[in-house]
Amino acid sequence: MTATEPSHLILGATMPNGTTADVLIQGEVIAAVGTDAADRADEATVRIEAAGRVLLPGLVDLHTHLREPGKEDAETVETGTRAAAMGGFTSVHAMANSTPVADTAGVVEQVWQLGQEAGWCDVHPVGAVTVGLAGEQLAELGAMAQSRAQVRMFSDDGMCVQDPVLMRRALEYVKAFDGFIAQHAQEPKLTAGAQMNEGELSSMLGLAGWPAVAEEAIIARDVLLAQHVGSRLHVCHVSTAGSVEIIRWAKERGIEVTAEATPHHLLLTEELVRTYNPVFKVNPPLRRESDVMALREGLADGTIDTIGTDHAPHTAETKECEWTVAAMGMTGLETALPVVQHALVDTGLMDWAGVARVMSVNPARIARLETQGQMDPDGGLAAGAPAHLALYDPNITRTVDPETHTTKSRNSPYRGMELPGQITDVFYGGHPVVRDRALSAPRQHR
Amino acid sequence: MKHLLSTADLSRSDALQILDTAEEMAAVSGREVKKLPALRGRTVVNLFLEDSTRTRISFEAAAKRLSADVINFSAKGSSVSKGESLKDTVQTLEAIGADAIVMRHWGSGAAAQLASSGWITSAVVNAGDGTHEHPTQALLDAFTLRRHLSRRHGSAPHGRDLEGMHVVIVGDILHSRVARSNVWLLTTLGARVTLAAPPTLMPFGVDAWPCEVTYSLDEALATGPDAVMMLRVQAERMKDAFFPSAAEYTRSWGLTDERLAVFESTSAADAIIMHPGPMNRGLEISSAAADSPRNTALEQVTNGVSVRMAVLYLLLSGSAPDSQEATV
Repeated sequence: MTATEPSHLILGATMPNGTTADVLIQGEVIAAVGTDAADRADEATVRIEAAGRVLLPGLVDLHTHLREPGKEDAETVETGTRAAAMGGFTSVHAMANSTPVADTAGVVEQVWQLGQEAGWCDVHPVGAVTVGLAGEQLAELGAMAQSRAQVRMFSDDGMCVQDPVLMRRALEYVKAFDGFIAQHAQEPKLTAGAQMNEGELSSMLGLAGWPAVAEEAIIARDVLLAQHVGSRLHVCHVSTAGSVEIIRWAKERGIEVTAEATPHHLLLTEELVRTYNPVFKVNPPLRRESDVMALREGLADGTIDTIGTDHAPHTAETKECEWTVAAMGMTGLETALPVVQHALVDTGLMDWAGVARVMSVNPARIARLETQGQMDPDGGLAAGAPAHLALYDPNITRTVDPETHTTKSRNSPYRGMELPGQITDVFYGGHPVVRDRALSAPRQHR
Repeated sequence: MKHLLSTADLSRSDALQILDTAEEMAAVSGREVKKLPALRGRTVVNLFLEDSTRTRISFEAAAKRLSADVINFSAKGSSVSKGESLKDTVQTLEAIGADAIVMRHWGSGAAAQLASSGWITSAVVNAGDGTHEHPTQALLDAFTLRRHLSRRHGSAPHGRDLEGMHVVIVGDILHSRVARSNVWLLTTLGARVTLAAPPTLMPFGVDAWPCEVTYSLDEALATGPDAVMMLRVQAERMKDAFFPSAAEYTRSWGLTDERLAVFESTSAADAIIMHPGPMNRGLEISSAAADSPRNTALEQVTNGVSVRMAVLYLLLSGSAPDSQEATV
């Protein structure tokens, strides 16, 4: 970081634990928190009046689709990380289902390098578990781990590692470098041609069902495999009440499983499919109200560790078509925190320290990110930590307009909905990448 | 009513208006000159993105009897098979001058999406979408049932619903848009509906549907239904383990000669056998049942033209079925 970077003094912000404090950001770190923060500021210090706003450790997303290489018309590392910054994220994990697939050291290093050059947040490439996501042969996990990208998270996301032997081997192999497998839990034969959650509604709409058991059966198998070989398993986008129960059962038995839920599964239900509007087509599909409630409870009681956005940008033509051929997925980086506030904070299920845990501390711990997710156990922010911070105004309400979003794509399912809150400022390694609700400038490439 | 997309959202009065209008249309079809000038100068496009000669020619005959111009557009050899989007296809058709688009589509919900997309202003008629709905088929089935009920009561069918009728629908309910449209429409019109199929071919959650469900065709026939509707079953379904073999399907759920005898002795003398066609003789229906005088398959085809005339007339002449202005 250059010495000319001005310091920033955030005045009167609410810490995650509800206390109020001033925070001084100098260089790349939090220089002071509390009464001496103002004292240590100088004339050049930029002052940010933050009364009523919440200061969170920079958000960490374990589940982002940046689409580069291969689908640059939907998103690039540059545009996706700009969107991430606008959503309060200082670290994102780029899923491996690019074209070519991120199954070699070369591809993950390319994505990592693009992230470095963009400078809007940390980009950690996720490595594919199997070559080409084909589920047949292990990708060179070690080479990806030892590359400059230092991959620790491996996933065939979009595809399930269906073969139980391959899954077992993958879980075992990544122990060599403290890696973990993030499973897209979807039994493929039970979901052949699936279009939406299987239930009374799918039968009425004549759309092939994606039954809950197809997710739950894989999770049950995988937690037992993880227990058997003593490895770390992460379950991507948990979507059913039954899955929450299985993960709770596994955690009670000390199995090293972590789990994520997406913002959209915390708010939206299958009822939206009645419109046949493909913007609501996503994998795993939107489920029932009871599943939504079980996911919220799971996050509140710690069964589910983290929010993964599953930000999945798609071009207009892949959504402006028949439901059955439309692409699956929805954007989410810029609406994640508002949705979480709406679903968890405003409902009284979680306080801001809880939000910081599930959106920053926990995912950083799962991915072994040493500089991210820094928060004291009591929900305070400590001096000396890297200054990855997101300042959030929870007191406003906005109508979602995807046309104003920073991501390249417009497939937000929240179009027209009123959601609370807005990120106002984001510091990435002490550098303000977002200032006054707008993108500022990227951090200089180091 | 701007479009006809499903029977699930069709009210009793809407449905009766279509059926009553169809009776008027049927009278036209009985004349020497089977033609009305009602839709002269209007253009109906049959957009068929899935093979269906029967439904297409039925709509074509209906439109022509109303003096509309008809453009037939099928996926084979068209731009759709070259990857053109539905949006571009229908906008092109509208630019050519379509007033109504009758669409058969392989994807569930395609007609509903077309109607709500804002891509076009034409009326949309769902001529079958995936495994979702086939509303004109259900309307022609209701029309056929109502005529039989009226004959029984010795009165005109106009204004009558299906109160008191018991209809058994047999076969591949899971994949059948005909079954779905019929369940919603026939129950809206007051009929009692029983579905009979192997559990594997019942839709998930069928217990919540407004009908009875049985896994035994024999039990259903023993109740003496007024009509038994046999659905076409694809023998290939056994490859996906929906049933073990065609022979076992026929033994348990086919309208065999033996079950035909039961039906003839148990049900009323005017009870009918229905089939949306095309029939799979020897699989879901025996030749004797297919050729039985009780079989209304051809009557259904004839009625289909009248019902489709009524639908096109009501959508294009500007008289909504829920208004009281529709006169023919």
